Amino acid sequence: MPALRGILSRAFNPDPQGPDGRIPARAYRRLRWAVVLATATVSLLPLAVTTFMAYVLYRSALQDEAVRPMTRLTLNTKRSLELFLSERRSTLTFLVYDRSFGELCSSAALTRVISNMNRSLEVGAFVDLGLIDDDGEQLCYSGPYPLEGRNYSNQDWFAEVERRGTYTSDVFLGFRNSPHFAIAIKHDREDGGFYVVRATIDGEMLSEQILTPGLPSSDDVFLINRQGVLQSPSRRYGEILTSIPLPVPHYSPSVEVAELVDGTDQRIFVSSAYISNSPFVLVQVKPAAQAMGRWFRLRSELIGFVVGSAALILGVILWGSAQFVRRMRQADERRATLLHQVEYTNKLASIGRLAAGVAHEINNPLAIINEKAGLLRDLVEANPDTPNQGRLLATVESVLRSVQRCKTITHRLLGFARHMDIQTETIDLEGLLREVLGFLEKEAEYRNLSVSFRVAEGVPTVISDRGQLQQVFLNILNNAFAAVTDGGDIAIEIAPENDDVVAVTIADDGIGIPREHLERIFEPFFTTKEGSGTGLGLSITYGIVKKLGGDIRVASEVGHGTRFTVLLPRERRV
Amino acid sequence: MGSRLRLLFVDDEEELVSAVIERLQLRGIDGVGVTSGEEALRRLADGPFDIVVLDVKMPGLGGLEVLRRMKHHHPGVKVILLTGHGSVKDTELGLALGAVAYLQKPVDLDVLLDTVRSAVEEGGPSERP
Repeated sequence: MPALRGILSRAFNPDPQGPDGRIPARAYRRLRWAVVLATATVSLLPLAVTTFMAYVLYRSALQDEAVRPMTRLTLNTKRSLELFLSERRSTLTFLVYDRSFGELCSSAALTRVISNMNRSLEVGAFVDLGLIDDDGEQLCYSGPYPLEGRNYSNQDWFAEVERRGTYTSDVFLGFRNSPHFAIAIKHDREDGGFYVVRATIDGEMLSEQILTPGLPSSDDVFLINRQGVLQSPSRRYGEILTSIPLPVPHYSPSVEVAELVDGTDQRIFVSSAYISNSPFVLVQVKPAAQAMGRWFRLRSELIGFVVGSAALILGVILWGSAQFVRRMRQADERRATLLHQVEYTNKLASIGRLAAGVAHEINNPLAIINEKAGLLRDLVEANPDTPNQGRLLATVESVLRSVQRCKTITHRLLGFARHMDIQTETIDLEGLLREVLGFLEKEAEYRNLSVSFRVAEGVPTVISDRGQLQQVFLNILNNAFAAVTDGGDIAIEIAPENDDVVAVTIADDGIGIPREHLERIFEPFFTTKEGSGTGLGLSITYGIVKKLGGDIRVASEVGHGTRFTVLLPRERRV
Repeated sequence: MGSRLRLLFVDDEEELVSAVIERLQLRGIDGVGVTSGEEALRRLADGPFDIVVLDVKMPGLGGLEVLRRMKHHHPGVKVILLTGHGSVKDTELGLALGAVAYLQKPVDLDVLLDTVRSAVEEGGPSERP
């Protein structure tokens, strides 16, 4: 948590501003991601938790609902199977108590018993019946095979029936090559020995017992023994006596349900029950897809809902944070621009005051030089005998011309300074532009630039702020001067745009502005003069023109030049 | 105006005043130069002048105050203001106080004389106390 708090507080308190008052772009990116992270966490986390809980609850509820009928069916089938087996055991038990060994032990008697048993039990299916003495020898037998005299003493089942008194065999094929199983009962004789009644039952009977009408075709019910060998045919795993590819369920007195993956990678529900007093295990299989159909549909809806909501939330967060950070950045930049503008204006005003002071101080000695030189000329002219009169007069003229030049400069400086204070006055745009050009005259001369000036007829004066307009044109002209190579052309044109607006166009044949930059040149801090420009000149210019109620248009082609048009209302509209 | 034009030139720069006066005399103008507002007021009280050329910015009594007092004592006197500082406010104030014209320093003597002559001629004879 402290780490997270650290990250968040760093993100929400971006880097200190740079020396130019600009907050770096990465600070805004970081802020945005912090907002996204924080908002997404508080909105998506509860959604995720709620959905997870709903998922778990629904899944368990629907699984219970899907499994309950399976359990019921398995339990019912288990009971009917147990009843079936116990009926047959009871019949045999009744037999041995009802008759003496002597009465039973003849082929004819046994045949009659089989027939009677099959008749009394609705579904009898006893195939044969034999009596085996305590030495394991089958003393008498009735059935389709010649098994009389056969000795079973060394077989496991005989040992088991001797020990436990009853025995039910697995299903086997035997000589008859048809599935059947045997039930054996031990009966003690009065003379101390015992004998065993052993009956064989058709294996089909087991299959019929577990046959469930209306079982869905995807489901399967079958019997296995404790080694996992099929004791009845299975829809999924084949014929009798095949091994099934599922683990044998652990013993449990009741019905057990498990979710498994079968050999075909299909998820299945398996309910199983051990049939008491037999080697059989009842197994019911239901594909999970079918059992949990409702759950899968619900799950898709749930996932769809979560993904949809999350996407919506994220979308809103991303959009919202972008808006938020963009607004914030705009506000920051606007503030920085204003600060810069104030600073810039203050700087200009200071320079103006300084210039005015200097100009004023220089004006006095200049006036003296002017008058002294004038006096010198007057004296020389008044006295024709003065030696070198011509040269003296030429020298004086030269001094006076220099004084005149100084005077132009000081007047220009004074004019500039005078207009630092915001005021509205009637302005002759041509005069103002020539005044501004005056500042750049020397550069134009040194760089051999040609500056043409065209004023259309009927250009009205405008009522505006002289100082601000000076700044605007000085800025645009400075840019034009920077854009052209030595010997380049700059054309200034003043023409009425319509009855209310005057257009001042400043065109150069310089390097031009690429299209992708053109849209951004009025943005604060946008600069192509990396390192040397603040990127504020044109944005301040734009701000001033807008403030004066005007507009700026710009057209440019790389390699051909740029054309700025400043549109000024005849009367400043605030 | 048959007699010689009498002009009072007021500026705190002695060098400027002396040069201007000498040049005026070469042109046949009777110029008197003084270097402070107080002196200007005294000289104006002493003798009649056709016109006063007055620097606005001077140490001590400033040009505008001198103008106000001159106009108070000699309402008919014609004054041309002269300054190195082209302030709109000073111009307006000066003209409101009764100055006839306003020139920026350094001014060409011929321009000054043109202004003086037109002021004197337009305004008719100046008051001679």
